[in-house]
Amino acid sequence: MNAASVPTFPPVDVLVIGGGNAGLCAAISARRAGASVLVVEAAPKFYRGGNTRHTRNMRCAHDAATESLSGPYTEDEFFDDLLRVTQGNTNEDLARMMIAESKEMLDWIVQQGVRWQPSLGGTLSLGRTNSFFLGGGRSMLNALYLTADKLGVDVRYDAEVLDLEIDGGRCRAATIKHPEGLRRIEAKSFVAAAGGFEANIEWLKEAWGPAAENFLIRGTPYNRGALLRLLIDKGVEQVGDPTQCHAVAIDARAPKFDGGIITRLDCVVFGIVVNNRAERFYDEGEDIWPKRYAIWGRLVAQQPDQIAYIVFDASSLELFMPSLYRPIAAASIGELAGKLGLPPEKLEETVATFNRAVQPGTFDDKVLDDCRTEGLTPPKTHWARRIERGPFYAYPVRPGITFTYLGVRVDARARMHMADGSLSDNMFAAGEIMAGNVLGRGYAAGIGMTIGAVFGRIAGREAAAHACR
Amino acid sequence: MHAADMLKESDRLMTVCNSCRYCEGLCAVFPAMEMRRAFTAGDLNYLANLCHGCGACYVDCQFAPPHEFSVNVPKTLAKLRAGSWERYAWPGALSGLFRRNGLAIALIAAASVAIFLFSFMRAPAFSNPATAPGGFYAIMPHNAIALLFGGVFVYAIAALGLSLRRFWTDIGEPAATLAASKPLWQAIRDAGSLRYLDGGGVGCYNAGEKPDDVRRFYHHLTFYGFVLCFAATSVATLYHYLLGREAPYAPWDLPVVLGTLGGLGLVIGPIGLARAKRTRDAAMVDETRFGMDAAFIVMLLLTALTGLALLALRATPAMNALLAVHMGVVFALFLTLPYSRFVHGLYRFAALVRYARERADEKRAKPGEE
Repeated sequence: MNAASVPTFPPVDVLVIGGGNAGLCAAISARRAGASVLVVEAAPKFYRGGNTRHTRNMRCAHDAATESLSGPYTEDEFFDDLLRVTQGNTNEDLARMMIAESKEMLDWIVQQGVRWQPSLGGTLSLGRTNSFFLGGGRSMLNALYLTADKLGVDVRYDAEVLDLEIDGGRCRAATIKHPEGLRRIEAKSFVAAAGGFEANIEWLKEAWGPAAENFLIRGTPYNRGALLRLLIDKGVEQVGDPTQCHAVAIDARAPKFDGGIITRLDCVVFGIVVNNRAERFYDEGEDIWPKRYAIWGRLVAQQPDQIAYIVFDASSLELFMPSLYRPIAAASIGELAGKLGLPPEKLEETVATFNRAVQPGTFDDKVLDDCRTEGLTPPKTHWARRIERGPFYAYPVRPGITFTYLGVRVDARARMHMADGSLSDNMFAAGEIMAGNVLGRGYAAGIGMTIGAVFGRIAGREAAAHACR
Repeated sequence: MHAADMLKESDRLMTVCNSCRYCEGLCAVFPAMEMRRAFTAGDLNYLANLCHGCGACYVDCQFAPPHEFSVNVPKTLAKLRAGSWERYAWPGALSGLFRRNGLAIALIAAASVAIFLFSFMRAPAFSNPATAPGGFYAIMPHNAIALLFGGVFVYAIAALGLSLRRFWTDIGEPAATLAASKPLWQAIRDAGSLRYLDGGGVGCYNAGEKPDDVRRFYHHLTFYGFVLCFAATSVATLYHYLLGREAPYAPWDLPVVLGTLGGLGLVIGPIGLARAKRTRDAAMVDETRFGMDAAFIVMLLLTALTGLALLALRATPAMNALLAVHMGVVFALFLTLPYSRFVHGLYRFAALVRYARERADEKRAKPGEE
């Protein structure tokens, strides 16, 4: 491509690539620091902001209860939670810095027009640790866009970055595909906030093999990782493992993309989960659901054909949040197996074996109760109750990929590291595209938004400082 | 859309929304929805009438069109709501008035004005205004006015009451709820402040992406203007029968002060609402009911304008004709009240009473969860 022949947009101080939580926090923070800012968003207006549209809350440390948070959540506790879910796969300095900055985020984000609400129904009991956006993620995003507009940030939709002119550690200009054609734009600083690559099935297959064909993508179809690949190809250091992502087990009947929150299922702990050979494969009652929901996507991904079935009986039907699709129902286990396309005798045997192993206990889904199995492999260590009261129900589930962790390496000022060991001069990153710095594996609810907002704010500030030197 | 289709679409949406619940902090509809796992026709009609149409849930929804789930709660519930009013209308034979409502109300109003004008013209005082400028009762005896307007008022109240009973039975709420003071008081406060017409705190979504309080402001002017005008008439009636003081009253007297203030509200309010309606994002509006909304706004506006004109010109020869027109408009307004946009207030208030009762029960069942 001959850059000189492409028409240009007027140059700006800071070009923000991607218009989600991270991008908008960067844009607002850069604009407030005095820089001229353009945000280029690859999606059309309704789909703007990537997966922010599907989010609901943000995890921030705080030393005391607030109007919307039921108790304190200290920096140390936050860090301990992060260490536990990532099993140590985190950059401690960056993580501690982010957690410290998250405290201020509770107020800062409100100053940008976002509103909190107390956590109410169906929220995995996160009322102490997580702050909920009133009206959800799209409401939050709308508020950020209104504020950005008021401050004079320019936004272009349907504007995808096709190329970056990177020389050494310095980026000079970007080439953008826009409805009116290609445009070249020069900027003094660049903020990459264009999300991960979970909607790029081909890329997922590079890491997961053919199994990735059977993954469902919970969020935006626009996160195809084009910018991430461009950066890595042009010498930015990558961080993280391409197979690591936030994946949960969602209803297998969900659309391939963008089914969002309403296809999630919170009923694993109430029944048993079998693969398509009608065999159990993991302890469904290992821990309370909020601490375990994020492992089931990977567990199902490892099963044949990447499908599994949650089987339970009438006694559990109303114990969990309703979801979009009704469960598949049958009068007997054999009939249920028929409807699911599972071998009936095998499912009957699996259920009977499970039922025989269930020990007497007092069922309580709010605590780690004493309802467990004895002599069963794998065991069900809590909430084990016999599946005996018809009608019997099942939900088919598949891995639902929420977001990916492979990204670009950054420092505490959100500045990108180059693969040759140097620091980039004017390229910064925030959000999912650098989440792997903090989140090497595992997941804790609301932490994606913390990474986006905290690093977005820092990236914007640093990008503006660089541009306005 | 057919009534059954509207219920089906509302059921689909509430199933989506109940699986999401991101909007639960915005208004009363979503917390009420969360108290249920499945939705009967009565439940859906209740939720539809509880919805104030602020639009926040549409603007905030990650599944709104063009998303394939195509979730548009304000528009869908608006359609279901208007359809429910037809079915609750008493007598059922007149429920058709809700269809092509603009035309129906315009015809009734025109006929009513014509009849009043025609009858007045036969009164001796009409042709000779000099005999009694400002003397209303020279044209039409007070008792005749009282009988006529008392009659139409009682009819409107009875028809509205019987319609309300049908709503209450449909949503399956016991009659006792309406007699309990706490839910009633809560509903009066919620309706009086239009608590749920604020998009969860920032205002309504009207024109464009920026929420504002325009509709709530003009609705307050309209509603409280209406209340003041009604109070003016009530005070005047009491003056007449209890104190023997006959109209016309001096400009500083209570009925005139109340009527003037109310009239001003009832002029500015409906104009503001009409403008807000015209500029509102069409995606959220049930455009098939435009005539009904416009007809009620125009009737309120005409009531206020003719009333204020009558006050201003009551000492001139124009008084007689203005009085006839004003009475014609007011008569038509009350006659059509049970078959007009007016009923939204009745059903919404009743839905708020039920919601207050449900919330109180829920709090009792799960103390501390708020």
